[in-house]
Amino acid sequence: MNAVLVDNIVKTYDKGKILALNKVSFEVKQGELFGLIGADGAGKTTMFRILTTLLIPNSGRAEVLGLDVVKGIWEIRKMVGYMPGKFSLYQDLSITENLRFFATVFNTTFEKNQHLIEDIYVQLAPFKDRLAGKLSGGMKQKLALCCALIHEPKILFLDEPTTGVDPVSRKEFWDMLDRLKARGITIVVSTPYMDEAERCDRIALIQKGNILDIDTLQGILSKHKKTLFAVRSEQMFRLLNNLRQFELTESCFIFGEFLHLSLKNGEADVAATKAFLIANNHQNLVFKPVLPNIEDAFIELMEDNHHAK
Amino acid sequence: MQNNNIVIETHELTRRFGDFTAVDAITFKVSAGEIFGFLGANGAGKTTAMRILCGLLSPTSGKARVAGYDVYTESELIKKQIGYMSQKFSLYENLTVKENIQFFGGIYGIERRELKEKTAELIDRLGLHNESNKLVGSLPLGWKQKISFSTAILHRPQIVFLDEPTGGVDPITRRQFWDMIYETADSGITIFVTTHYMDEAEYCNRVSIMVDGAIAALDTPAGLKNTFNTNSMDGVFLQLARGAKRSE
Repeated sequence: MNAVLVDNIVKTYDKGKILALNKVSFEVKQGELFGLIGADGAGKTTMFRILTTLLIPNSGRAEVLGLDVVKGIWEIRKMVGYMPGKFSLYQDLSITENLRFFATVFNTTFEKNQHLIEDIYVQLAPFKDRLAGKLSGGMKQKLALCCALIHEPKILFLDEPTTGVDPVSRKEFWDMLDRLKARGITIVVSTPYMDEAERCDRIALIQKGNILDIDTLQGILSKHKKTLFAVRSEQMFRLLNNLRQFELTESCFIFGEFLHLSLKNGEADVAATKAFLIANNHQNLVFKPVLPNIEDAFIELMEDNHHAK
Repeated sequence: MQNNNIVIETHELTRRFGDFTAVDAITFKVSAGEIFGFLGANGAGKTTAMRILCGLLSPTSGKARVAGYDVYTESELIKKQIGYMSQKFSLYENLTVKENIQFFGGIYGIERRELKEKTAELIDRLGLHNESNKLVGSLPLGWKQKISFSTAILHRPQIVFLDEPTGGVDPITRRQFWDMIYETADSGITIFVTTHYMDEAEYCNRVSIMVDGAIAALDTPAGLKNTFNTNSMDGVFLQLARGAKRSE
């Protein structure tokens, strides 16, 4: 049995005017750390609300732990932990009060299940009487994760837990997820940060309600068809403009310290491109092949998807 | 970098709140037309420093001049020479695109006739003819970011402060936004930007990294990677910010 099964789910808002999810299908295996990766408006939150039984799809079928999300509402709710994208704990309750509250709602106690959250809770314990509303972003995020874990869920749904958090706290958060995964909990997590794909077993890339691809990160990268070149020179903005206007350029985007360039005829155009850049007086030119990263792959899939329509 | 005119200059700039030193004796310079990345973990003191530089908060000690004006005595003059954009507060969702542009243009002191021309020009440049009378709240996030940025530089400020401008958009939209930043810097406006995306740090001419209120490192991205012996800005950031004693 899969932990999550999503089959042809459609969800619209505003009497059908807004198509939030367009025939989305995927499966999550037991014990898997599965990432739903996409920008604002991709449909990630809608998907989470359907899987946590908070929203009913227009059509299609979804199951969580073998239970139908429409018929099995009450059983599913006991078995899932959900961390919404918007901070949803009680700001005027303290850390321990929030934990006790969520434990009680699920017919258990903080004391009985404290061991489940021990390694995260130790970081919160020095502030246990502080009101949730007074905590920093990173601490709120840890408390929200503890509250989602306190009833010993079999599966966790985390909606953009790392948005707006600095890179150090983000990394710590993913380390916590690794430890939870090691205990066998299935985790479905969404993020707009593409670099977090490497922390997931498998990912679904989602854009405007459509799944662009589902695979391991390596699987997605290996499907990237175009040969890519990393290019830089002293004047990056002029380089970008020159390359965008160059007749042999297929696409050119800034990527960190380099531009990522794909050429219409790949390798065959390299000599002509270099000559063009030298003729345009670019100093300290670097021009080398580069392996695509997740954002290259996402951009290519977005463009393919756009052209297919 | 277009020339060596200094548009931001601080000397041991410090701000305390009670016995907490939010900004601890920071000293740096930013040149006209430079893209300057202002990085740090949550709680490192970036927002406080930025508020001082925007003329919104007085320092406790130290010196700072922004656009040629003193932060202690000429903060009102500073405000006229800068633009500000943040993801958290940018545009009024319940005003139309046109109304937002005119509102912010008015606040920045652009005269009515000029504002009318600039509004039309901006709508033209962004290709928003069909959307100009739509409520901003109904537009995709990427468009809001572009309109918000364009509005912040409508009055041709010397410096524009961007506080985490690009969260949550797809990789193409994020790059289109940086295309606009490059273009703006190329026209001579200084860009002062905070971000949590480390690849965006690479797009800056120079980057400073704040740790516990102080500037722990300041150099070109290539210089920082060299100093910290790593091949990515992520590596630099992790090394520096891991040593932080305080969090937000």
